[in-house]
Amino acid sequence: MVKPNVGILALQGAFAAHAAILESLGCVTQQVRTVEQLRAVDALVLPGGESTTMSMLLERCGMLDPLRERAQEGMAIFATCAGLILLATEICDGRDDQHALGVLDITVARNGYGRQIASFETALDVSNLDSPFEAVFIRSPVITRVGSGVETLAELDGNPVLCRADAVMAATFHPELSGDVRLHQHWLSGTIYADYADNRKFAQQKG
Amino acid sequence: MEKHNKRVTGTTVVKRGLAEMLKGGVIMDVVNPQQAKIAENAGAVAVMALERVPADIRKDGGVSRMSDPEMIQGIQAEVSIPVMAKARIGHFAEAQMLETLEVDYIDESEVLTPADEAHHIDKWAFAVPFVCGATNLGEALRRISEGAAMIRSKGEAGTGNVVEAVRHLRSIVGDIGKITKADSAELFDWAKRLQAPLPLVQEIAQTAQLPVPLFCAGGIATPADASLVMQLGAQAVFVGSGIFKSASPERMASAIVEAATHYQDPAILVKVSSGLGEAMAGLEISTLEQKLADRGW
Repeated sequence: MVKPNVGILALQGAFAAHAAILESLGCVTQQVRTVEQLRAVDALVLPGGESTTMSMLLERCGMLDPLRERAQEGMAIFATCAGLILLATEICDGRDDQHALGVLDITVARNGYGRQIASFETALDVSNLDSPFEAVFIRSPVITRVGSGVETLAELDGNPVLCRADAVMAATFHPELSGDVRLHQHWLSGTIYADYADNRKFAQQKG
Repeated sequence: MEKHNKRVTGTTVVKRGLAEMLKGGVIMDVVNPQQAKIAENAGAVAVMALERVPADIRKDGGVSRMSDPEMIQGIQAEVSIPVMAKARIGHFAEAQMLETLEVDYIDESEVLTPADEAHHIDKWAFAVPFVCGATNLGEALRRISEGAAMIRSKGEAGTGNVVEAVRHLRSIVGDIGKITKADSAELFDWAKRLQAPLPLVQEIAQTAQLPVPLFCAGGIATPADASLVMQLGAQAVFVGSGIFKSASPERMASAIVEAATHYQDPAILVKVSSGLGEAMAGLEISTLEQKLADRGW
């Protein structure tokens, strides 16, 4: 069985937490800090962290255009919190020099719920999951607009908090902190690894 | 489904979660909004608002306290990244004020003059997360048992000398390694020797890491220092005097940010360190009258 080689953008942020979940699901993970590493992976996670810091480091590492190109080629991407901000077409309240890659047709407001004291956990109903997902929101952004090609998978207060467009899935919260692998699994099985779940079952039967 | 559609704030997951988001980053000490802006422009993941950087606290002497709320608010208005601020060890009234100001993290810090010589703050009583310093694993676990959501090795603040930071990190990481190799009977002795709660020692034996993120502070003055402590196991760095006491704060700040990302890549470290100008003047530890790391228990 060929294991999916999933890159995790590791310029800054919660990359280790994503790696632990993906490895528990049978993926090989690669921390991505350079253009060469970006070109070598099959799929990419953009983790939470500080979106302004990540945007600057992407620029200094010369990774902005290569990342946009790979996304436009249809690479599977799972973006959480700061990662979602990077993918947006428009950022409200961002820094003037902050890059929006324009990969996902959404408008997003940073720190939409306020400072850390307002960060929270809540149970979310998610399309295709049969029980609620315990979602962790940390200084999270708020999606204020989704484009016509973007499907909303979960909402909070009437705003989308989990959405999908083609191979890109994006959450304003942190599924990597919940100890619940279902959203990572959902992303993997719904994208270029559509046969991943079967392969895994196959490998277990053989093993 | 009691929690369904209900928001719960101030949980352990939420407090430790913000520290997860800061990993791989640099938290910079700033004393005014202008410095905060320089830090944010350079790519800091957060700023620590304080009245004087540790090098000046050391030089000026006297009692060092929580910063003026107006100054903290000025910094909060200037930047969009998280803003942390320091309270004195045991000074829960300062911490209550910092929570009211909605700082994103409270540092119960040995850099300020301790307010209580026996008791640290009960950090479980707050919704805002706390970071605390530690020189060894026992101290770290005592702080975590009091509710700290992040530990930073103390090092020796304001010296520009990384030797103490290295000692503290090696001590914490080294003991974690030994505990993972201990058998279950030995864990009782570890708890006794560390003067730390047994359940936390048992948790480390299982997970091979602290229950909260481990960052490093105290004496980091160059990109190479950041790389060193991260290779030793720190997950992010605090830089105090090292930035604004250097010859070119903008460039030093930005170079240390890149060093924290590419800490394993010496070629990038060479590039970002070239032509940076003078780092802060350092102090030999043996010449110090007061070791700040000795504050806290």
